[in-house]
Amino acid sequence: MTLQVLWFVIIAVLWTGFFVLEGFDFGVGMLHNFLGRNDIERRVAINAIGPVWDGNEVWLIVGGAGIFAAFPSWYATWFSAGYLALLLVLVALIIRGVSFEYRGKIDRNRWRATWSWTLTIGSALVPLLLGVALGDLLAGLPIDSSAEFTGNFWNLLTPYGLWVGVTLLVLCQLHGATFLGLKTDGVVRRRGVSVARVAVWPALFLVIVFAVWTRALSDAPGWTVVFLVLTVVGAIAAVVFAQAGREGRAFAATAVAIGGTMASLFASLYPNVMVSSTSAANNLTVANTASGDYALKVMTVVALVLFPLVLVYQGWTYWVFRARISVPSSVADAPTQESNPA
Amino acid sequence: MSQLDLSRIQFASTTIYHFFFVPVTIGLAFLVAILQTKWYRSGNDEYRRLTKFFGAMLVINIAIGVVTGLVQEFEFGMNWSQYSRFVGDVFGAPLAMEGLAAFFLESTFLGLWVFGWKILPRRIHLLTIWLVAVGTLLSAAFIIAANSWMQHPVGYEINAVTGRPQLNSIGALFTNPVFVWGYLHVVLASLLTGAVVMLAVSAWHLRRASEVALFRHSASVSLATLIPVSILIMLVGSHLGVIETRYQPMKIAASEAQWNTCQPCSFSAFQIGGGNDDQNPTKIIQIPHLLSVLATGTWNGQVEGLNELQAQYEQEFGPGNYIPNVFIQYWSMRVMAYLGALMSLLALWGGWLLFRRKLESSRAFLFVATWAVFTPFIMNTAGWMLTESGRQPWIVQGLMLTANGNSPSVSTAEVVISLAVFLVLYAALGVVAVFLQLRYARRGLELEHDDESDSDADPRVPALTY
Repeated sequence: MTLQVLWFVIIAVLWTGFFVLEGFDFGVGMLHNFLGRNDIERRVAINAIGPVWDGNEVWLIVGGAGIFAAFPSWYATWFSAGYLALLLVLVALIIRGVSFEYRGKIDRNRWRATWSWTLTIGSALVPLLLGVALGDLLAGLPIDSSAEFTGNFWNLLTPYGLWVGVTLLVLCQLHGATFLGLKTDGVVRRRGVSVARVAVWPALFLVIVFAVWTRALSDAPGWTVVFLVLTVVGAIAAVVFAQAGREGRAFAATAVAIGGTMASLFASLYPNVMVSSTSAANNLTVANTASGDYALKVMTVVALVLFPLVLVYQGWTYWVFRARISVPSSVADAPTQESNPA
Repeated sequence: MSQLDLSRIQFASTTIYHFFFVPVTIGLAFLVAILQTKWYRSGNDEYRRLTKFFGAMLVINIAIGVVTGLVQEFEFGMNWSQYSRFVGDVFGAPLAMEGLAAFFLESTFLGLWVFGWKILPRRIHLLTIWLVAVGTLLSAAFIIAANSWMQHPVGYEINAVTGRPQLNSIGALFTNPVFVWGYLHVVLASLLTGAVVMLAVSAWHLRRASEVALFRHSASVSLATLIPVSILIMLVGSHLGVIETRYQPMKIAASEAQWNTCQPCSFSAFQIGGGNDDQNPTKIIQIPHLLSVLATGTWNGQVEGLNELQAQYEQEFGPGNYIPNVFIQYWSMRVMAYLGALMSLLALWGGWLLFRRKLESSRAFLFVATWAVFTPFIMNTAGWMLTESGRQPWIVQGLMLTANGNSPSVSTAEVVISLAVFLVLYAALGVVAVFLQLRYARRGLELEHDDESDSDADPRVPALTY
């Protein structure tokens, strides 16, 4: 395997890891306002991801910076092409990030309700928009022979891109529901489990269509179909375990489904990194966008040393905070002071 | 205004905004780690309360620093695609390493620190805040290495086929003299910012005689930091000036509005007039030899003038205007340096009062120290304007002009939209952040009991922090 291919794989791993981890944070963000009927229940949901969401989001930062470093021309074309869409992603990420921190800082209903809504909207927009942007890589955008995007905002809304966006949105929501089933206790856990039981069906439908459509668009070697199969198997397993009320396995299944979706996207994209709808000769590929061997070699060494370390301490964080979160017993019996704004 | 101008305004304003929060984060992370270490060692509960109090301010700042930092990473590709394509092979590597080495460390251990108070053993919990502090330092190292490469490109060769720079020595990026001294300068500026913020909040409370015993501790810790830091930063900054004269003579000549080569050169305290079209401003209070000392480190050093440099650059790079905005250079340098000197005086004044045990009774000092809170932010902004505007018209010194770095596929209308969105969003965020921090800085200690409410719960369960 050449260094260029290795870095394509590393980037695929980073984006896959991002959606497997941050995916449930997005889901919890979308669901907390509805699964929590009062403030303390909403806080239980938010605090289930509290210690980890920030670290999970770093996967996106590194995924983006990795493309910049290893495939500068891909980064340049993709990010400038998606200008307004990425602006929206940034707005969503910003309001979502500050919502976590600000929501609890003032103990007033309207203050908290406001930040709950920004958290909900931000958490839904990011996977939807990133899904469209990722789908566009494979669906193809108008790109000329000097690797410049020649379209406008409406060209970004490819049917396939939109399908990937909606698929990721629903998968994230489902992933969040199974996560709450696994990581909380009491009413939030029960509601998470029931949401998952319903949400698995549209997720399964979306994933099956995604798999067929992706294969139809792909130039990649035939064996990469295993990722698509894995994705569908994950979605089916999610249906089975969600109906059976097996929380741990249901979460593992949704993790496979969402991770498989991302892995399939990248595997099916190879050897391209951005398809040009103008002419196949203008496709950006792993080979024609990669940095020089020296830069890739340096980064490979750094990644090989640091990445396992990151996995160890992030894994340790999940171990430290493995306990289920529930409404504290001192609060559970007392009538809550909050009215129910939802 | 062109798409290029708008892109420049957007990048400059989002960066300046981002850097309001970054130095507070770096500085406070260290100071909070010191407070917690003192608590760990002495068992004195006052230090625990201070740790939590300033820790909460740290967390508010990190949140905005992180989300506005994301904007910076995206903007390279969104607004500066030609630049990104051109430099990615070199410039991308430190950015990717920053994520792997620093951001993961910082955010993972911040989560552990915030939620781990009752779960982690005390020693491990102390370690987590120190790792957050180390993470912030590492992150600054990588990004300054990348920025220093734009000021003084090293460790690369031009690829004969693509015509783009290619990395050939990663070590050169981190031994670049502009990086070594620039990084030290930024770290000291961050410590200064954190220390002044902590001092100002402490002074505010001491003026109202609220929790005097508590805030005497934090005032001492911040002064003990501020005294050495505010003096060191001037020495390091002045040496950085000498380095920059070597690699970016335009930057330094412009910061003195020195149009013609001089030897020895005097430094003007102020000037009236001046700017890009006026080569004969009225200079007020000229200090002989001082510019020679600042720019070259020697008593009689020669400083090349803008006109001579312009002629040299035209010969080397072809016709064009290679002189940065002289007005911005001249005044940003003075704002930074004069305020820096005032901070040293403030620190020494506070240190003397502390030594005489009169700190909490000196109304004048406490008043000045409270209002000094704005100073580091003005200094930091001025410093970045000096360094970034002084690089113009280059985006990478000697290799690429800013005018050739923007994104051809992005329309003017799109940049107008994004600029408007950022202005509105950042203004709103700023208002909320300032409101929350002021509210918290004043009342934070009264709200403490909140997190004791679930003390009867299972200690393995994380507290409902959010």
